[in-house]
Parts: sequence; structure tokens; C-alpha cells
Amino acid sequence: METSFIKALSEIVGEQHTLSDPESLACYGYDSTPELQSRPGAVVLPGTSEEISKVLALCNGAGVRVTPRGSGTNLSGGSISFDAGVVLQTSRMNRIVEIDEENLTATVETGVITSTLHREVESKGLFYPPDPGSMNISTMGGNVAENSGGLRGLKYGVTDDYVMGLKTILADGEVLKTGGKVVKDVAGYNLNQLLVSSEGTLGIFSEVTVKLIPKPQAKKTMLVHFPQLEQAALTVSHIIAARIIPATLEFLDRTTIKCVEDYAHVGLPLDVDAVLLIEVDGHPAQVEEDAAGIRAICERHHCSFFQTAAGPEEALKLATARRVALSALARVRPTTILEDATVPRSCIAPMVKLIQDTAKKYDLLIGTFGHAGDGNLHPTCLTDERNPDEIRRAHQAFGEIFEATIAMGGTITGEHGVGVAKKKYLPKLVGESGLRVMRGIKGAFDPRGTLNPGKIF
Amino acid sequence: MDYVKLINCMRCGMCLPHCPTYKETFLETASPRGRVALVRKFQEGELVESEKFLEYVSLCLDCQACASACPCGVNAGELVAEFRCERKQEQGLSTMEDLILRKLVPHPDRLEAATAPLRLYQRTGLQKVVRSLGLLKVFPAALGRMEGLLPKLPEAPLRQTISEVTPAVGEQKGTVGFFLGCVMSLIFSEASLATVELLSALGYKVVTPKDQKCCGAPNMLGHDIEGLQDAARFNTDLFQSHELDFVVTDCGGCGAELKKYGHHLDGEAAATAFSTKVRDISEILATEAGALKEKLKPLPLKVTYHDPCHIAHCQGIRSQPRALINLIPGIDFRELPEADACCGSAGTYNIEKPEMSDRVLSRKVQNVQKTGADYLVTSNPGCLLQLKKALSEANPPVKVIHLTELLQMSLNA
Repeated sequence: METSFIKALSEIVGEQHTLSDPESLACYGYDSTPELQSRPGAVVLPGTSEEISKVLALCNGAGVRVTPRGSGTNLSGGSISFDAGVVLQTSRMNRIVEIDEENLTATVETGVITSTLHREVESKGLFYPPDPGSMNISTMGGNVAENSGGLRGLKYGVTDDYVMGLKTILADGEVLKTGGKVVKDVAGYNLNQLLVSSEGTLGIFSEVTVKLIPKPQAKKTMLVHFPQLEQAALTVSHIIAARIIPATLEFLDRTTIKCVEDYAHVGLPLDVDAVLLIEVDGHPAQVEEDAAGIRAICERHHCSFFQTAAGPEEALKLATARRVALSALARVRPTTILEDATVPRSCIAPMVKLIQDTAKKYDLLIGTFGHAGDGNLHPTCLTDERNPDEIRRAHQAFGEIFEATIAMGGTITGEHGVGVAKKKYLPKLVGESGLRVMRGIKGAFDPRGTLNPGKIF
Repeated sequence: MDYVKLINCMRCGMCLPHCPTYKETFLETASPRGRVALVRKFQEGELVESEKFLEYVSLCLDCQACASACPCGVNAGELVAEFRCERKQEQGLSTMEDLILRKLVPHPDRLEAATAPLRLYQRTGLQKVVRSLGLLKVFPAALGRMEGLLPKLPEAPLRQTISEVTPAVGEQKGTVGFFLGCVMSLIFSEASLATVELLSALGYKVVTPKDQKCCGAPNMLGHDIEGLQDAARFNTDLFQSHELDFVVTDCGGCGAELKKYGHHLDGEAAATAFSTKVRDISEILATEAGALKEKLKPLPLKVTYHDPCHIAHCQGIRSQPRALINLIPGIDFRELPEADACCGSAGTYNIEKPEMSDRVLSRKVQNVQKTGADYLVTSNPGCLLQLKKALSEANPPVKVIHLTELLQMSLNA
């Protein structure tokens, strides 16, 4: 990138917040997506919305592309600049602007860390449910851009369900304010919803207003083992059919169970097909009733073990197996490819079975865990980037898994985004008309194609 | 360096919120994930060892908070240290490094002689004169910082005065070797005396071999792996010549290094056997909690605990010190926010990187103040030095003591 352009950037955000040395560029050439890397031309860390506006106006005018980045935990390559453009990191904008206890909303700057918001609102007896796996480092702006989910999605929904207002900087530097603190708002197109999960291609958020709800009073955690996968899957469906909506309904398959046991020695039996971690929350009486109902359903489906945590400490212990699942898998081989194929929850059993068969067919080690309650699974391929043949097989296997996902009425990505990693599967999912509408929207927001080019489609 | 250790990093970013330098800067180059990437790209020939490269890599405190947070078992702090050791082996030690790491540190008598003028300096009143005249301002900034950190030194290093064998009080349960850290002996001898008193009161015969040498941690800091291996061989042989159930230390830094002797000497049997015997004092005392509790008397103090990196991240010891503090009747224990975040001392980091060290320290001080505690308890001399100074200047001031000193206070209350 030309020195004069870098100088112009540094005049906006300050010299110390403009990076162009090869070492920094190397470190901003990746996010959490395996295999993908590409160095940007420069990195800026603006401190205010005005600075974002000026950076975008400058870049848009000069034909330089801009890729927004929070903490760089994206799993689809969304925060990597593939055309040596500018990476704009939002971390410095990390102020909680307001927690409005009358309207039950929180307004935060884009770089606020998700779990920081959790802590702040929970200290006031309030609750912001979305809890993506990366919540201790992911930013709120990033969560909105990717429509992040998490463990509590089944009962409480995902980021989308909580976004009430956005302050977005458009490609030319103009500010777009959408929504606000009102619960009902039908004035024109619902631009909030359009901007959620736009993956940085329509604008860069500088401020986010989210809905808060009262913090549930009580919680109960249960761990259940199933010798047969089908029975575990039926249990999931029957719990929901019994009108019980757990806050968490998580699943581990046989490969994951083995890896977890090898790593954490939590006492999981190696001869079971599935482990479910179930959490119900709400009013104490409701929690008791739901837990009893769940126990009866699990027993009817021949669970081999059922434990309810006596207190918060034991709950934490029961949740260990699920909590360490990714760690346990990731340690087995150097490279970990984590996917997020999502199917209607009634298809959990066939989906898990299909993943296992596909792994066998391509001679791969794939562990599956995830959010059984909402059908969002994480088939995780444990491989080695130094083995090109195995990597090729992994991609073939995932190709087949995604095809099957689409055939079952599911989606190629439940919470990680399309980015560049899933681009080739999108046309199959949304069709020509879907792509045409999306391209039209992109053109309306960003006619010069400045923002996060090459992502989604 | 084993390349697979570098590619094990899946770049998930889970280390970022735990890294003190990332939290201060938000820069990827100042994060564990970034440092692993830098080292990897150097190995792959994509980056050279430029001035910037060294600046980024050396900003690491090596607190290893990243290792505790990593889902894949990558220890970015250790990888960076290993990388710097390898580079040092290729480049050789400078004259000054050779003087300090090879000719001074491994010789306790020379180390004690070298610090004698400091004791004299404090005792003769010269320190007061120097400070009141502001003479330190004319010396290099690093020297001024070092001088400012020093608390009042004991009259003589503990190694010279401690008896080689301290018998158990009452029935003898076992024999432990006491590894007396250099800084503990030279500066915090009262804490180490408390350690010996507690062990003896609980029925342990304590053997403190006088010939013991520095554990080698300064060599590791100076990236002098051969000096570290010499220290490991010497101390292994010395302690293995005694009949010991355990080797105990009250210095977090020493404990972390001693437990890795087996690793440092590529799995040599004697060193590995030695390492498996090493215990931090809190580990031993926690196994004696019942007996200890009976001996402790009430202390109505508001206390908080700072996890030294070398105890929490390097040795995985977190619950034992807290459990021990809570054994004291009447104690009001308050958990410290971000208790296991580095205090910025980090070996010689506070002298080498004063600006970042101060930023990290200031966050720690603010967190301590949030607890409202009168006493901050910790168990590593580096943290003691750094925090004693900072918290004595805080408003209100907070007293900083070693865990064994607190327990001794309760024992003798």
C-alpha cells in the first residue's frame, strides 16, 4: 500500500493506531478460520464513529477495500482482507454507553466484549442471552455482523432476536441509524434485521442497542448418557414435544466422548453413543417441574445414566464434558476444522449418522457435538494441514455433509457465517433468485464494493 | 523448535482476553496468538528477525496465562521463550549476560557478596541521603527503578544463618528438603523462616542444604539454556543425596523451574525423579489442612490473594492457597478480580519494559483496591517486590505479605 495513503489513514486515527509493518500485517492476515490467510495492506484501529466514517470515506474515494474485524474470531474467513485492503479493527471502541433499566436495553460501542456485557447486565439482575463459544473475546459488533448464536439459542434465540437499534457507518462514511429502543417499529423496511448477519458487507457498526430480559431466578443442570444415538435424538424431540423448552440441550457423539474422556477423565463411559447436557431455567417451581418431566422422558428412552446437579458447583462439573469438548478434540491432531451444519431438530439422528458414515468413507476422524436442541451441530474434523491428501478428503467429506444438510431442509451455516469458506455452497441453498436479491441489496448499500469484498457471494 | 507445537495453535483467540499485553493494547502482535504466528512465520522464512519483530516478541511477560486459557494445549509464552533461547544459543551470550548468568547467579556466595553493599547502603542511612537528594535521578532510569523496588533487606541472607536441619516438633511425619530461593534468602528471609516454622510445627524435619544454587530461572529469563541445565544437574544431585519425601519451596518461580528439571534435561531419570518430588509450600500445607487448622488462631483481617503466574499458570495451583487462607478463624477473605493476571513484575520485565509493566501493574492495583482488603497475600518474590512498592504508595495503602507469613501470624497470634 502506498506510503501516502497510509499517512492519510494515520492522520485520521493517529500514528500509533495505524499499522503497516510486515510483522503486524502478518498477524492481521488470519482469523480463526483454518487454512485461510492473506495479508492486508494496512490495519487501522479507530477510536470513534467519526474516525470510522473518515476512514471509510477516504477508502471509498480511493477505491481501497475495507474489511472490518473485531477480535478476529471469525470462523468463515470473514475478517480476512483478501485483496491487500485495509483491516479496520474495532476493539478500541469498547465503552458500554448505557444500560437502560426502564426500557430494558443496553447500548454499547461496537468493540465491547460479549461477556463483559453479560457481567454488567447480570450485576443489575438483567440478562443478555446470546452466548457464542467465543463470548469471552468476541465483540458485540462482530456478533451482530455474524448473527452469533450459542448454547442458549434453543430457548432464547440468537443475536438477531435481541438487536433493537444500530448505528452503522456506510461505505461512503455516511451514518445510518436504524431502530432504537421501541419494541414496535414498522416504519419502512426492517433495516436492522437486514444488517444483522451482513458479515461486514453492508456497513460497519459503531453502536449497537440490544434488548435485555430479566435474569432467570433458578437453573437446573442434568447430564444423561444414551447407549443408542437414536434414543438420544428421540429424547430431544420428545422433550420439545412435551412443551418443555430447555435453555440448553447439548449433545456429544461417541468420538467426542472418547476424546473428552482421554483428555479430562470425567468418568464418561466409552460404550455409549451419546451424552446430553440439559439445562432448564426460569421460575423455581417451573424448573422443578421441567426437570422431572425431562427425567421421565430420558428414562422412557432407555438412558443408562441420569444425574441432576445438586448445586452450582456440581452443575459446573456436569457441564465439564460439554465445556471441554472442543479442547479435547482440538488436541488430538494439529489442525481442527470446525463446521456448523444445521438441520431441523427432527433430523438430528440421521444427520449424526450421516456425518459418522461420511467420516468412515473418507477415512477421517470427525467428532460431532453441538446444540441438539436447535439442530445446530459442530462436526469437527481432526486433521493435519501438512497432509494435503487428508485435507482434500476433509473438504470432500464436508461437501457431502453440506449437500445432505440442504437436502434435509437445513442450512450450511447456523452461526459461523458464509464468509469465503462456505461461498461455494450458498448458491445451492438460496438459488439464483436469492443471490440476485442479495447482490441487489449489496449494490444499494455499497455501490463501489468497498466493504468486505468477496464475502458471502 | 518442534514445528508441530506452532501449528497446534488453531488461532481461536481464546488466549486474547487473558493476555495482559493484549488487554492493554488490543494489538494482535501483542497477543499470544500473534506471537505464535510471528515465530511460525519466522520459522517458515516469511519474516526476519527485524527490530520490530524482536520488540513484539519481547513484549511477552511470559506469564503463561495464555497456556491456562488455550483449548489445544499450546503454551505461547513458553514457545516464545524457547524461541528466544534457541536464538540465544546461536548468537551466544553477551559479556554482561555471561558475567551475570554464568559467573554471578550460580554462585550463592558471590551473589550474597554482591548484594552486601546494598544492605550497607540501607543500614548506614546512605539510602535516605540518596533519596532525599534525588541522586537517583542522575543514574539511568533502570537503576532508579531497581532501587525503588527494594524493601528493607534482612541483616544477613537466610542461607548463611538458617540451620541445615530443623527438627520436627512432636512426632516426625516425614522429611522435606527446603529449596531456598535466592531472592527469598536475600530479601524475604522472614517469609522463608515462616515456611520452615510451619513445616516443623506440622511434624516435618526440614533439611536445607547449604550448597544449593540458584534454580536457574534467571538463566531461562536470559535465554541461557546451558546455564539452566548446569543448575538443574547440580541441584538434582545435591537434593537426591538426601533421603527426602518432598522438596519444598516457597518461591513460585523456583517451584515452576524445579518441576521442569526433568524436561530441561530431556527426561534424565534423576532429574525427573527430583522434579516429581517438588512441591510448592501451599501444596504440602493443604494436605495437612486438618492439623494446621487446629493450630491456627483468629486473625480478624480483610485479606485478598494474588495468584503468581508461576504458581497458577505454570504449576496449576489455585485452590490450595485460598483454602489455606480460609482455614484461619475470623479471616475475611475477598476474591480479587482478575486474580491470576500478571502483576507486571515478570522476572526482570519491570526493569526492561517499564512502560508496559506499569500499565499492567496499575490494573492490578485498581483491582486490589476494589476488594477493600487490608492485606494482599501472594507467594512469589517477584510479585512481592512489585506489589509491596505499588501498594504501599496506594491510597489507602495495602500490606503485602507471603502466604506463609500470614499463616505464621495466625499460628502465633
